[in-house]
Amino acid sequence: MRAFIASVAALLLVLAAAPQLRAQDSAPGPLRLEISEGVIEPMPIALPPFGGPDGAVLGEQVRRIVKRDLEDSGLFRVIDEAAYLERPAGADMRPNFANWAILNAEALIIADAQVEPDGRLAVRMQLWDVFGERALGDGLGLRASPEATRRVGHKLADAIHLALTGEPGYFDSRIAYVAETGPKNARVKRIAIMDQDGANLRYLTDGGDLVLSPRFSPDGAYLVYLSYKGGHPRVRIMDVLTGRDQDLGGFPGMTFAPRFSPDGRKVLLSLARGGDSDIYEMDLASREMRALTSGPGIKTSPSYAPDGRRIVFESDAGGTQQLYVMDLGGGAPRRISFGEGRYGTPVWSPRGDLIAFTKILRGRFHVGVMRPDGASERLLTASFLDEAPVWSPNGRVLLFFRETPGPNGAPALWRVDATGRNLRRVPTATPASDPSWSALLP
Amino acid sequence: MTRFNLVSRLILAATLSAALAACSSDEAARGGADAAAGAGAGAGGATAAGQLDPGSIEYFRTAVGDTVWFDTDSAALSAEAQQTLRRQADWLLRNPGINAVIEGHADERGTRDYNLALGARRATAARNFLIGEGVAPERLTTVSYGKERPVALCSDESCWRQNRRAVTVAAGAPLS
Repeated sequence: MRAFIASVAALLLVLAAAPQLRAQDSAPGPLRLEISEGVIEPMPIALPPFGGPDGAVLGEQVRRIVKRDLEDSGLFRVIDEAAYLERPAGADMRPNFANWAILNAEALIIADAQVEPDGRLAVRMQLWDVFGERALGDGLGLRASPEATRRVGHKLADAIHLALTGEPGYFDSRIAYVAETGPKNARVKRIAIMDQDGANLRYLTDGGDLVLSPRFSPDGAYLVYLSYKGGHPRVRIMDVLTGRDQDLGGFPGMTFAPRFSPDGRKVLLSLARGGDSDIYEMDLASREMRALTSGPGIKTSPSYAPDGRRIVFESDAGGTQQLYVMDLGGGAPRRISFGEGRYGTPVWSPRGDLIAFTKILRGRFHVGVMRPDGASERLLTASFLDEAPVWSPNGRVLLFFRETPGPNGAPALWRVDATGRNLRRVPTATPASDPSWSALLP
Repeated sequence: MTRFNLVSRLILAATLSAALAACSSDEAARGGADAAAGAGAGAGGATAAGQLDPGSIEYFRTAVGDTVWFDTDSAALSAEAQQTLRRQADWLLRNPGINAVIEGHADERGTRDYNLALGARRATAARNFLIGEGVAPERLTTVSYGKERPVALCSDESCWRQNRRAVTVAAGAPLS
């Protein structure tokens, strides 16, 4: 698996930190956007056109990606460039802060772009605290092959997110989902993969077999998913780059609801047998299965805590669908959901602080979050059918699908901040369901 | 109930119209809706089915009845579902060359994984009942489709109750 990852990295992108753009010492800037429920107003920032020999064309393509990433996050507002009084020529230029302060820009991003003799695009960027009149960080230099131009934009946006919020972004990442076409009673489903912003869409299956619930490995190189290939619903594992895939063991009964462990070595899945469904942990190297639950009832939709030592899952063993946390070292499952209604599809945040879930309450479906001990439940969305939230790599945004009712109803991907703010639809080429969000790409 | 079942068996051996009469009105109503959705039995097919070979798959689908329905979140077999399954078992016992896949389905008002598990539970409930009636376990397999294959497409209870179902799909050549 490691050799494979290395080859992907070499093929797709060569990113190298450039020498520091400036030698000056810069103390940590006072400018800091705290992500909390209190953030109502996006931070105004200036993002002037890139300088450098290739700033106008390639640089502009990169700049637009940065702008859209930052604005879609809901945390930043890029001030209209028509108002800019100054056009920085290059990333090593010290700005005239008064020209940006008058626009009320709290942060200023100056960058330039140049195609090097070997054909790679080199982009340099420096971030400034306008009112503090100081550099934020040492600057960033990226080099990328022409195929990876868009990723340069996402990497810059991630760097800006990190510098201004203190937390990693989620922009250089991918989303896998199930693309749906055809009528509701004969839906054709294909696994699709795209960049977080919708670019580079590819289909990984041809629609010949019903497929559901693709989930990324932590390194993004593999997907586990449910396929009805040969008429038998089974969990399969696919190499995203080559499309090669295989059955994850030939077990009697249906296997479903797969999810990778944080270290990528194991997969949780459900096995239906005799009317009950139980959760198993499979070691990918040996393909050995270990039962984690037993007894009557439906136990499914398992997800690991980021430390890999606990899982959260849903079970109706107590009468209705509820959420349970279980220590993999031993001990009985502990119920954590106690509100009115039914709870399903729990997913542990990569930050460890929250568990997202689907809640069915009085005929409506909600995406919500609660702490791992069940406290502080909050519902973030409501509709006829909101289902299957997954976390952004930084644990700040939830992606889920929303399906509309009726014979012509169809699903679409939506996102919402874990605070409940910034609910918006994620554009896809076809109706879409069952999203999975990769980690940040290397 | 036992007496009714006996009558039902006798009727099955006789004619289609009588078999349809053995259906409850509720079941007939749902079957009719299924037929409208292009999926199954109903009064509309009765005339044509009357001339069907009783050993044919089509006869099993339309006259015997290939579908049983469930309450929300339940895999419990109603009295009506048990009657249908007894007819299915009788037919399968008369046609030993034919095997069956029992498909379990759920309505759209549940989460995907849960509905897959619920469909498996429903298919298993139907299979276990058929085995209890004497059908060899080796002839009966199950598959769950969860909420993936609705037959009725509206988004209210009138459709959802048609989709909470187990369908016995008979396949193979009847022994002559």
